[in-house]
Amino acid sequence: MPVKNNDVRIKAENVDFYYGTHKAIKNISIDFYNDKVTAFIGPSGCGKSTFIRLLNRMNDLIANAKACGSIYLDGENILSPKADVVKIRRKIGMVFQKPNPFPKSIWQNISYGLEIQGEKDKKKIEAVVEDSLRKAALWNEVKDRLRDNALKLSGGQQQRLCIARCLAVDPEVILFDEPCASLDPISTNKIEDLILELKKNYTIAIVTHNMQQAARVSDFTAFMYLGELIEFGVTSQIFTVPKEKKTEEYLSGKFG
Amino acid sequence: MKIRISNKFSSAVKEKIGFTFLALCIVITLLFLAGIIYLIFSNGLEVISWEFLTSVPRKGMTAGGVAPAIVGTLYLTVGAVAFALPLGLACAIYLNEYGPRGFIVNIIRMSINNLAGVPSVVFGLFGLAVFVKFFGFGVSILSGSLTLGILILPGIISASQEALMAAPYSIREASLALGATQWQTIKKTVLPAAMPGIMTGVILSVARAAGETAPILFTAATFYKRGYPDSIFSEVMALPYHIYALMTEGTKPDKQTAIAYGCALLLLAITLLISAVAIYLRNKYRSLYAR
Repeated sequence: MPVKNNDVRIKAENVDFYYGTHKAIKNISIDFYNDKVTAFIGPSGCGKSTFIRLLNRMNDLIANAKACGSIYLDGENILSPKADVVKIRRKIGMVFQKPNPFPKSIWQNISYGLEIQGEKDKKKIEAVVEDSLRKAALWNEVKDRLRDNALKLSGGQQQRLCIARCLAVDPEVILFDEPCASLDPISTNKIEDLILELKKNYTIAIVTHNMQQAARVSDFTAFMYLGELIEFGVTSQIFTVPKEKKTEEYLSGKFG
Repeated sequence: MKIRISNKFSSAVKEKIGFTFLALCIVITLLFLAGIIYLIFSNGLEVISWEFLTSVPRKGMTAGGVAPAIVGTLYLTVGAVAFALPLGLACAIYLNEYGPRGFIVNIIRMSINNLAGVPSVVFGLFGLAVFVKFFGFGVSILSGSLTLGILILPGIISASQEALMAAPYSIREASLALGATQWQTIKKTVLPAAMPGIMTGVILSVARAAGETAPILFTAATFYKRGYPDSIFSEVMALPYHIYALMTEGTKPDKQTAIAYGCALLLLAITLLISAVAIYLRNKYRSLYAR
């Protein structure tokens, strides 16, 4: 899969991250390509989630944490203290491990992102709500009960609602942090189909413990181990002819 | 000796004795509660009448009603909550959401908790010195409300803090990840989720503020006032103080005691009424924001 340099959407260079004195991310450089899915695999605690949470500065919430290096999005360094965190998070949406809809109505969950941006136009909000729910393949299931509390939905529906909520603010990049970790196989299938559909228009990064999932949905795969990026490449290559011994050992189930 | 006795019993018997003892404690507690309610009702119910609720005292407190005291208690309680709720909630939000973690915040927290342990008469003296004298509000609804407000402030702060802490971390993340500022996240997500807990704090505070006597002793209350208060700078009659006054002053103890019990009954009813409103609000929020 030939990739030109100007197709790079996010460029991470020499990124380190510390929890207090513990170095959780060690000198990672990686590119995320436009309208492609990049999967992060590796054993628990290897820093996959920590790394993608650097991309939308979610690690800011952790006390005593520190990030070094640079991550460029549209020419701006996300990690710079001067960066506008709100703007970054609008450009880079996130779907979390456990579905976390607001304890509000389905409608309010989707309209939230617009309201915080000061959108008052009811017509526009209505259009975005429908459009986002359609894109998240949830519209047909909820169109008659948009005023119901989102917590009444099933786990899989809640996760698709969270995806719709994220789409409503029109991001460029979407981060998925183990989005299927708490879902049954059927819901997982739906989310995977959705990711394949979404990559037509969005740059996507996904953390997953499920190697089959990485193989199914991603174009590129990054294997991480103990905070280091061991190998990064086209998914088909990583899964068939990995260059690094560690990658091969992990994929063949020798550890993990 | 002790050991020999305990060896005589099997563990099943010991268990039974333990449970019986615990159950007995519950019964004793309930007896006290029932006793209080019985005493107040049996002694107070006879004086309750439409006139008692709606008219002013006559014949040196031995006849007529206690309407001004009811109104006064309502004013003082509402005033105290109106002062303490916004202030306390703001403090809780700062301490919990914005305040730097560490030594200084811990000291502040500890001080607030200590404030809760200060005897209420000390608040009364403070109110007298600061609101009545220094600010020159006089013995008035304003001074009394502020004093009661300070009294219930620690309760409101700690209840609010606990409620804020209990708001799920995941929905804060969700809000921030959508590009909300921290303030938007607090206002639109955290506060609504914390509202039932905050309401519980308010309920307890209301009951406390309505029933306290010492803080209003020097700052707001008067034994007798002709008619109703006309501004926040008027002194007022209030139920708890009225009970105190009826039992310690005056010349016709028999009649006064009956009226005092009537006032106690009213106080109980008012506290329950205000609590009921708060509980209603809490449940409304709870059904909206929790599963």
